[in-house]
Amino acid sequence: MSAPLTAEQNIEVFQFRAGSVVGVTALALLLQAFLPVYFPRMRMLDLPLLVTIYFGFSRRNPSTGLLMGATIGLIQDSLGRSPLGLFGIAKTLVGFLASSLGSRIDVENPISRFGLAVGFYLFHQAVYILTRRWLLAQPESILGAQLWIAAAVNGVLAVLIFPLLDHLRKPS
Amino acid sequence: MLAVPGRHRSITLLIVTLVAQLLMLAVQVRRNTHVRLIRVWTVDSVTPFERGGTWIVRKVHGVFTGYVDLIHVHRDNLVLHDQLNQLELRNAALEGEAAEAQRLNGLLGFRTDHQEVPMLAARVIATSADTASHVVFINRGTRDGIKSNMAVILPDGVVGKIFEAYGSVSEVLLATDKDSGVGGLLEGTRTQGVVGGTGDPTLTMKYVSNDENVPIGQRVLTSGEDQIFPKDLPIGTVMQVKPGNPFKQIQVRPAARLDRLEEVLVLLTREEILPKAPPAQTVPVPHPATPAAAPPAKPSMPPVKPAGERGPSQ
Repeated sequence: MSAPLTAEQNIEVFQFRAGSVVGVTALALLLQAFLPVYFPRMRMLDLPLLVTIYFGFSRRNPSTGLLMGATIGLIQDSLGRSPLGLFGIAKTLVGFLASSLGSRIDVENPISRFGLAVGFYLFHQAVYILTRRWLLAQPESILGAQLWIAAAVNGVLAVLIFPLLDHLRKPS
Repeated sequence: MLAVPGRHRSITLLIVTLVAQLLMLAVQVRRNTHVRLIRVWTVDSVTPFERGGTWIVRKVHGVFTGYVDLIHVHRDNLVLHDQLNQLELRNAALEGEAAEAQRLNGLLGFRTDHQEVPMLAARVIATSADTASHVVFINRGTRDGIKSNMAVILPDGVVGKIFEAYGSVSEVLLATDKDSGVGGLLEGTRTQGVVGGTGDPTLTMKYVSNDENVPIGQRVLTSGEDQIFPKDLPIGTVMQVKPGNPFKQIQVRPAARLDRLEEVLVLLTREEILPKAPPAQTVPVPHPATPAAAPPAKPSMPPVKPAGERGPSQ
């Protein structure tokens, strides 16, 4: 006899094909590291963040969402010179919040996806900057036009990418 | 394993994950002092407790030393107070003995300087019960060779005369008594007069003409005219001069401290006391005559020898 469903399991809606989550995550990290070499302006994109947001929306399980965000963030840290945990903390929080919001609001609508992506991008950058300031004592500019432009670009990209990732879902 | 309610499981997992990543950061990050951030956090988190513990220990220790120990301090304080009182009493006694020794030393020195002059040291043992009389009693009497009208002095100056001699005590009439009179003269002008008491602590010099110049501070000496005191013994100094009728009113401060008499010298002779005694000369001393009597023309009687001298060293 199977165990009774927990409150978190009741709200989980989408499941993905085998290996798709790992594959998409790896691809996002690879592109994040590769694209800026040839296209420097691509540096404003944060593909691992978008992946964290999407899977958080889709899985709607805060535990799973935060663990995925932590994993993606730590791998992203590993690929750079920043200390381990810098992106990990920020993406942990994003994954947790995205999973929590996914069960409460409509995240399938392109407009909501755009707005949520912009919001999560700004939240992610705020956590990252504050962590650098408070823990590393490294000054970082908090606000600037470039931040808002990057947020908008990532929002547009989310609107374009999320429908493609929807095809990886298992039929419910 | 700790049972976490389902609705709190995700929150718990979030906190655990964040804390783990923070610790990971702290292990990696070095601040400007090249100290790992985790060490800084650990020290900063432990230090307040260490400071608090030290503060508590210090306060407890302060209560103990400030209160419990004070019990012994109070007892020790009482003991020290007693010791202090005893020491103060002893100190007062020693000071008195030292002062007495100093006085006696002064007397001894006076006697040593005037060894040819027979004199007897005596101690004041009582004063007159009558406040109007300036009289003291000394511990020498007729058994020591004391007789009436013998001069009583101190190295500083004249004290008075023997008014009445008894077996072992004698009554001394001080110079400040109203009935006292000492033949005196001014040191500078050698103007003669009679110095008597007024009942006050000061003396008055009588029978000095208004025409005489009497400067303030002028020393007054014995003239020897009274046949009691040898000549040129200090009586006092002039402190106030007023014209009077028919004589000047001259107030004299006594040379000797007549209000603090403890030891005195009784002159057994009327010979003049010189600063440096000449070689032994048997100068006869006339019989002690009544006060203010005519001075003898020529001393013809042998010096008075006190019968059975005893007492302090002479």
